Amino acid sequence: MRLFKKHNNVLPGFGPTLGITLFYLSIIVLIPLSALVFNAAGMTWEEFLSAVTAPRVLASYKVTFGAAMIAAMINSFFGVLVAWVLVRYRFPGRRLVDALVDLPFALPTAVAGITLATIYSPNGWVGSYLEPLGIKVAFTPLGIVLAMTFIGLPFVVRTVQPVIEEIDVELEEAAVCLGASRRQTLQRVVFPLLLPSILTGFALSFARAVGEYGSIIFIAGNMPMVSEITPLLIITKLEQFDYRGATAIACVMLLTSFLMLMVINLLQKWSRRFTE
Amino acid sequence: MPASLPIPKKEKERAQSEPDAVRWLLITVALVFLALFLLLPLAAVFSQAFEKGLSVYLNALKEPDTLSSIKLTLVTAAVAVPLNLFFGVTAAWAIAKFTFPGKNLLITLIDLPFSVSPVISGLIYVLIFGLQGWTGPWLQDHDIKIVFAVPGIILATIFVTFPFVARELIPLMEAQGKEEEEAAMVLGATGLQTFFRVTLPNIRWGIIYGVILCNARAMGEFGAVSVVSGHIRGMTNTVPLHVEILYNEYNYTAAFAVASLLAFLALITLGVKTLAEWKVQLQLENK
Repeated sequence: MRLFKKHNNVLPGFGPTLGITLFYLSIIVLIPLSALVFNAAGMTWEEFLSAVTAPRVLASYKVTFGAAMIAAMINSFFGVLVAWVLVRYRFPGRRLVDALVDLPFALPTAVAGITLATIYSPNGWVGSYLEPLGIKVAFTPLGIVLAMTFIGLPFVVRTVQPVIEEIDVELEEAAVCLGASRRQTLQRVVFPLLLPSILTGFALSFARAVGEYGSIIFIAGNMPMVSEITPLLIITKLEQFDYRGATAIACVMLLTSFLMLMVINLLQKWSRRFTE
Repeated sequence: MPASLPIPKKEKERAQSEPDAVRWLLITVALVFLALFLLLPLAAVFSQAFEKGLSVYLNALKEPDTLSSIKLTLVTAAVAVPLNLFFGVTAAWAIAKFTFPGKNLLITLIDLPFSVSPVISGLIYVLIFGLQGWTGPWLQDHDIKIVFAVPGIILATIFVTFPFVARELIPLMEAQGKEEEEAAMVLGATGLQTFFRVTLPNIRWGIIYGVILCNARAMGEFGAVSVVSGHIRGMTNTVPLHVEILYNEYNYTAAFAVASLLAFLALITLGVKTLAEWKVQLQLENK
């Protein structure tokens, strides 16, 4: 008996390709990830709870999630602005700028990390101007926000950009014909259309920032309780051979990732309802 | 369009855009932001790398430890990219050309490595293959080293670059439909002939796009590889890990010299990616 009906499909290779896909997915992704859950299941509940709620761990959540939230907000604002400017306005070098937006995707995180730390250190290109103003970026939580903003920017731009391209200009014309000012048009017509994609971009940027490691550790200063991010704490535990502690914290982070993934999927469904 | 009242040109422009002053203000703010956040770091990499002149730069690259890190990175990418390419094409064929229950779940699972922190991507392999892990004692008895050795680095790299090709090809092949393949089959082509002569030319630029991004991440991955590497100089250091070591030793010029190689790679990646995007767009429009 066939498990799946063939729907008159004349194309061959469904069985083998799906089989290879499932096999490869299992050995590379699913089985290794389940190792994490099984390892955590070997701990007692009290053990797990005390590992994930130790003061130093709680402080790292606060730093990581707080900084990721601020970075995602900065990115939502500037990301929408950049996307709008790239789609709606014409200026020399636009295509080059458009390509450059993806730099944080392409530039290895370690390179971004040492570069940001150098530019924003007290005697760096930007840091030396901020120092007299009393603003310290490198080796403070502000540096973490900066690095997270850097790596998260393309997510907002690339999520919002296609939606702006899709907006039917007739909607805006209709608004004007009905007597709306430009500001009213943007506020009541354009912004509601963009909102789902802005929220998706925000969530993607936030999710990436929470898990980020390479670009942050160089600029963060990594002081326990102050500027220590959760991924670094996992590595610290591993280096002390505290595998259980590392596993427990990793489980909390993995759970957060799954929650974010669900939120992002729902947001994308919502935004598709608008575009289709 | 039905005959309706013509909208005066000026009104029409006002409907779609902001006054000139606002427009230029927005463009300026966006460009200054991007220059500060993207261009400045890029310029800083090269400026720091060449700070002490070309000969110092070249000497930093000729260091044996640097050369061996480059070799390891190339080997890692040479294993991870073809494997994920093969998987990506296979998965895209099954998902884009057929309907079956659980398809959306499968797509979500394929994307999973993107939502997992790189540190966790490394940790899972330590938990399986490490000394305290599931297979650790058995591996030690048989004198096989996986974590803190090259196989672990390759496995972690495969994990983090897993979705790139598949997630690019699935929407592309769905958009292209399957009429052309069906026509080929009806005309008597075998399955493989159909794939190589009909499908492959259609998805060529999509493949290039996925491969170039997969390769960039494979060569640049830091977090996951850092967990499984063990950081043995000249043995288990990839290029990004070597950059970290040089930087932490206050050898800034050498660190940035090696980092500039990765920045070059990033620029090439962006160039090829832009070209591939343009070609894919062109191909879809010509359909």
